[in-house]
Amino acid sequence: MSDQLSQPAKGAPERTASDMSPTTRQVTAGLARRYAAEKRFRLYGMFAIAASLAFLALLLISIVSKGLPAFTQTYMQLDVPLELETLGIDQQTVDGLLDGSISTQAIRRANFNGAIRQGMRERFPEVEGRSATRALYKLVSSGAEFDLAARVMDDPSVLGNRLTLWLPSDDEIGALVKQRADLSAPDTLVTRLDDQAIAWGAELKDAGDFDVRFNTTFFKNGDSREPELAGIRAALVGSAYTLLITFVLSFPIAVAAAIYLEEFAPKNRWTDLVEVNINNLAAVPSIVFGLLGLAVFINFFHLPRSAPVVGGIVLSLMTLPTIIISSRAALKSVPPSIREAARGLGASDLQVVFHHVLPLAMPGILTGTIIGLAQALGETAPLLMIGMVAFIVDIPQGVTDSATVLPVQVYLWADSPERAFTEKTSAAIMVLLAFLIAMNALAVMLRKRFERRW
Amino acid sequence: MIHSMSTTTISDILTPPVHPTGLNGEEQMDTAFDDIKGTVGTQTVDDPKMSAHGVDVFYGDKQAIFDVSLDIGNNEVIAMIGPSGCGKSTFLRCLNRMNDTIPTCRVSGSMSLDGQDLYDPSLDPVLLRARVGMVFQKPNPFAKSIYDNVAYGPRIHGLAGNRAELDDIVTESLKRAGLFDEVKDRLDSPGTGLSGGQQQRLCIARTIAVSPEVILMDEPCSALDPIATARIEELIDELRQNYAIAIVTHSMQQAARVSQRTAYFHLGKLVEVDDTNSVFTNPQHELTENYITGRFG
Ligand SMILES: Nc1ncnc2c1ncn2[C@@H]1O[C@H](COP(=O)(O)OP(=O)(O)OP(=O)(O)O)[C@@H](O)[C@H]1O
Ligand SMILES: [Mg+2]
Repeated sequence: MSDQLSQPAKGAPERTASDMSPTTRQVTAGLARRYAAEKRFRLYGMFAIAASLAFLALLLISIVSKGLPAFTQTYMQLDVPLELETLGIDQQTVDGLLDGSISTQAIRRANFNGAIRQGMRERFPEVEGRSATRALYKLVSSGAEFDLAARVMDDPSVLGNRLTLWLPSDDEIGALVKQRADLSAPDTLVTRLDDQAIAWGAELKDAGDFDVRFNTTFFKNGDSREPELAGIRAALVGSAYTLLITFVLSFPIAVAAAIYLEEFAPKNRWTDLVEVNINNLAAVPSIVFGLLGLAVFINFFHLPRSAPVVGGIVLSLMTLPTIIISSRAALKSVPPSIREAARGLGASDLQVVFHHVLPLAMPGILTGTIIGLAQALGETAPLLMIGMVAFIVDIPQGVTDSATVLPVQVYLWADSPERAFTEKTSAAIMVLLAFLIAMNALAVMLRKRFERRW
Repeated sequence: MIHSMSTTTISDILTPPVHPTGLNGEEQMDTAFDDIKGTVGTQTVDDPKMSAHGVDVFYGDKQAIFDVSLDIGNNEVIAMIGPSGCGKSTFLRCLNRMNDTIPTCRVSGSMSLDGQDLYDPSLDPVLLRARVGMVFQKPNPFAKSIYDNVAYGPRIHGLAGNRAELDDIVTESLKRAGLFDEVKDRLDSPGTGLSGGQQQRLCIARTIAVSPEVILMDEPCSALDPIATARIEELIDELRQNYAIAIVTHSMQQAARVSQRTAYFHLGKLVEVDDTNSVFTNPQHELTENYITGRFG
């Protein structure tokens, strides 16, 4: 379009400078320069976008390639003898379980680990000596007994018989299997396992007793000392609760503050002071809010430590100025003629705001809110101050339970020496990003709905 | 300048048309400000619906209206004319206290509706604006559907008992503003999506839907074609049977057609006000005469 304009139309006779008006001459002389400037600007823009996309791609590729293995888990097939003697269950209990007079909870604490160990010994009968057998047991995850227990409690009739099932393997051997490493050449492998253990692994692999499956544990469990048992669930739920509190507190307060300041407050020195302070508050380092939370909410009000409720309050303080400032900008951008029209019809100030101004400002307010919440989601420093850095195994059931959040979980895992935690770290970052994208998508959807109304 | 070319190039578009100079006798308008002493004609009517007395309006330090006194009678259309920027809109906006919302604006003098002072604490501005409706100079439809635009006033004042009544009010108002036929199939589409002239009529429909006692119209036909203009003028005539109407217009013909009285403003002062007939046929003040004849001939 613009290129067509810069060319004289086809078939038009050449015009000499003398029969052009001064404006025409001036404009024609400058046109090429104007379009060149535009072209240059477009190039800069495209370069900037390409550069940022490249960095983003680099980041994503590095995270995804590191984190992807964490979403799978290696399982090992094992034939487990469920002898009552090993398990420490008497025949009476079994009968009771079978006719239903005894709850399955009774065998919760049975020695399932012993049964698995027995299964391992039978699988590798040639292994002798204490340290060798202990190394052998380590091929199976220490969480495997819970899987076995769940199976037996589901169907107590297997007690006394043998049960073949897939159990999670330990993270070291699991990682090698996931990488499809050549277990027959132990010298080439980077692992903490000794050659003996690798040989057992090779034997299992040759027998087809390894299987790599989707890692449901990662999404079901809380944190754990054992990488193959560690999950993101507790942090995810903690983040969700914390953000919920943050949103519930900061959104209404910030929007109300913005509406009051923009639509109702008289413009005087006091409101100027308030405005300056809100702007300053937005620039306060987040850790300061953490200290405040510790001093006020925990030490003074005695709210529970490490709880999403305190985290949410602290993050609200941080998010409030962001939302207030963007909401004010959004309110300010609503054309004054709309307000006049409503007032002219006899709408009260409150009606003007809630019927006309707020719906028009809503997309902008939501954008500000999502930016504030995204900041809050990624925040670690203030949460460390109020103790949300704890090692949380249980999934928090409410806003007052001890919890941690995704970025803190990332930080904790990144600090762990086990190699399997490295992939968990990247996986946790992926979950964090997914959470963020889901949140943004929701906001975009809401915004679209508001925009469609007019 | 003009080439016998079949194609148009950019330089043709960019070449400005040539204006003959001194088209609208501006030097005549520049009569010294101090020459305007008081108002010529009859400012009062026997039974005023609204009346203003000694009104001064300031925007910050700048005075926009100087000591204007004017009555608006029952069942009367009063036209306000005058050059651009002379304060017609400002005066009109005082009459339903729309200027309250401009922080820099200060109004003094007395104004009343049915004998009650507009700034009397017992007269709420919300009620005042429901009784004195306004059609603004710039069309300003709400960012809502056409239906909701018109239904908004009746809704907030609770004028319709049920949906059917509301439908009736909306349809009736749109019909009277001469817009219904154009929009009857798309009452749900946004009012902001209408053309400029359609928006103007939508705003008129929106105002009359509340059935105000006085209607202030600020150039309600500035974007309308002659047919739509005729429809609005008919409407004004109809409304006059029950209401009082003040209309600002830049069209002398329109002022002559619709109004019973005409007020001529100049640089914030009310220069002359009288029966429309006498203002147009026999203007008393030199400025009025210049203005009217400048446009007419
Ligand atoms: N909000 C405002 N703030 C400051 N000055 C204003 C404001 N509104 C109007 N004025 C000034 O008051 C004077 C009168 O303006 P007004 O809008 O009443 O003119 P008008 O007669 O309606 O003109 P037009 O025919 O162009 O609409 C002008 O000089 C204008 O600059
Ligand atoms: Mg005006």
